[in-house]
Amino acid sequence: MKILVPIKRVADPDNANKVRIGSGGQKIDTGNLEWKLNPFDEYALEAALRLNEDGKAPKTRLGEVVVVTLGPKEVETNLRSALATGADRALRIETSDEQLDGHLVALALKKVVEEEKPDLILMGKQAVDGDSNQVGQILAELLDYPMATFAATIKADARGLEVSREVDGGVAVVRLGLPALITVDLRIVAPTSVYSAQTDRSFKYNEGVRFAPLPAIMAAKRKKLDVKALGDLVSDGKLRTRYTEFAPPPERKAGKKVSSVADLVSKLANEAKVI
Amino acid sequence: MSEILVVAELAEGAVRKATHSAIQCARRIQQLVGGSFSILVLGGAGAKAAAGELTSFGAARILCCEDANLEHYLAERYAPVVAAAAQKFDVIVATASSYGKDLLPRVAARLDAAYASDCSDVISKGGQLSYKRPMFAGNAYGFCFLDTPKQVVGVRQSEFEAAQPSGGASPIEDLPLAAPGAAAQRIEFVSLDQVKSERPELAEARVVVSGGRALKDQFFQVIEPLANSLGAAIGASRAACDAGYAPGDFQVGQTGKVVAPELYVAIGISGAIQHIAGMKSSKTIVAINKDPEAPIFQIADYGLVADLFQAVPELVSALEARKKKS
Ligand SMILES: Cc1cc2nc3c(=O)[nH]c(=O)nc-3n(C[C@H](O)[C@H](O)[C@H](O)COP(=O)(O)OP(=O)(O)OC[C@H]3O[C@@H](n4cnc5c(N)ncnc54)[C@H](O)[C@@H]3O)c2cc1C
Ligand SMILES: Nc1ncnc2c1ncn2[C@@H]1O[C@H](COP(=O)(O)O)[C@@H](O)[C@H]1O
Repeated sequence: MKILVPIKRVADPDNANKVRIGSGGQKIDTGNLEWKLNPFDEYALEAALRLNEDGKAPKTRLGEVVVVTLGPKEVETNLRSALATGADRALRIETSDEQLDGHLVALALKKVVEEEKPDLILMGKQAVDGDSNQVGQILAELLDYPMATFAATIKADARGLEVSREVDGGVAVVRLGLPALITVDLRIVAPTSVYSAQTDRSFKYNEGVRFAPLPAIMAAKRKKLDVKALGDLVSDGKLRTRYTEFAPPPERKAGKKVSSVADLVSKLANEAKVI
Repeated sequence: MSEILVVAELAEGAVRKATHSAIQCARRIQQLVGGSFSILVLGGAGAKAAAGELTSFGAARILCCEDANLEHYLAERYAPVVAAAAQKFDVIVATASSYGKDLLPRVAARLDAAYASDCSDVISKGGQLSYKRPMFAGNAYGFCFLDTPKQVVGVRQSEFEAAQPSGGASPIEDLPLAAPGAAAQRIEFVSLDQVKSERPELAEARVVVSGGRALKDQFFQVIEPLANSLGAAIGASRAACDAGYAPGDFQVGQTGKVVAPELYVAIGISGAIQHIAGMKSSKTIVAINKDPEAPIFQIADYGLVADLFQAVPELVSALEARKKKS
């Protein structure tokens, strides 16, 4: 199965407490943040690789995995590491991060889908910088494709894909016919979350994502990485969502340590009055 | 002036309380720019009866689409109905539950409308609505305009208190099913496994007790008695969910549920920024952790440095003893 994985570079969320609001609240100053691949997109790539292999023989790809990003030149580092991890081909659409909103990303990805004709689009449920959680759903609607958001497990068989989704209060299971779109949740990289039609159901993956071995990193330099202009895909690059101001969250002051369980109960009863 | 459409959420034939937060947001927009709001109720058998629960909230109309095709929620079937109903409205609002997060962006795409997800507030700037959204794991708020004729808005339940009935009797009007696109032919509902619980829902509870990685496979053994004592909902850290100690939908945080109860008790949770993003608006935070340097103590009102396996049972006994006295 041919799988397209849209990936985004984000300011490292583990450094998010160093997020600074630029002068006058006009922009978020990302200057002192580290960049990394959006974790959910790393998970989507791992899921794509699992779906396109027999877990017992992961060196043989059963279908093409193409990674695509909209972003500046620097994101090619992330594309190369995705290629080293196992993706076959990469595509970058040249933009700056400020030129984008979710709708525009989806419009451009729609064009990519029309050209590449993947059977499946696998992506993150949310980019952890903007925390928007929207591109997958918008793209699915623009394509008139079925979707399964917040996927915790994906099982492929001859009839299509069975996907379990993490929803309020439990798990919803849907069956998708291809072509389709899936956005992944955190649990998708657990050992028994993803099975291709070929992988034996008793097989267990290692927890988390796989790492690229050194020879693969070298080989990735020779894999194909195409670059396109945003204007080639979307004629009207106008943003629909316009951020005009940013503000820091209210500070929460540290409280006190209590000396014992009895002390805690008394403070909760008499001071906070919550019990 | 804005005409606002609130999309209600049903579960087992009843209106979910999440809906009341979206109504609250609609009222707020109405106060800011004028206009009126209506409520759309859609679902399978029983939707019309559920619509009856919403007639006293001050809505101009309740639009109701009850159809066997909507028995099980699928965005591919719901989005066309919402988009058709939305033709006469300017702002479409629903709560950012897993339902809202799944459905709203599809509706927005159908309407060619911009979408602001998980909004914590809405204000008016020069007569135009500006939506406040948490970003970067809650470490910044952004204010955005949606520059399209129609706007679609997801509402963070923890930031909009549940609307109370205001009297009146909104008329209920039937809405026909809108035909779904090709997408609906390639998706099939298989099952919905929801654990029935007497406990309050996480997003609605007055008290939440959350457990972390430290609990190991004694998660429920330790957390449940405390939750029972406090009448609390149970939450968990990502690490506890990933390890299978707690179900995935218990996860509190940036990428899980966002809660803001009166009392949040974090047991054996270190306090990673992603976890804090989901609970730092709680009124009172209690942390029990054996590491005095754990970051959770930086935001906890009351921190107890202790081994949880001793402290939690002790706390349960103390709470029970107090109950008996009163
Ligand atoms: C993309 C992404 C999204 C994420 N989203 C979320 C999210 O939404 N929610 C979330 O929670 N996390 C999220 N995380 C994970 C987050 O970064 C942390 O890894 C996670 O919150 C840690 O969980 P924990 O505190 O239970 O475990 P740990 O960090 O391992 O902490 C365990 C704590 O227990 C204490 N402890 C151990 N034994 C005892 C004992 N006997 N008594 C008392 N204390 C004890 C330790 O001192 C420690 O502080 C996300 C991460 C990523 C990359
Ligand atoms: N600039 C981008 N380039 C490629 N994919 C993106 C981009 N922005 C978002 N995505 C994809 O859309 C998903 C959801 O992002 P968001 O809706 O912004 O939270 C991400 O996990 C990516 O898979």
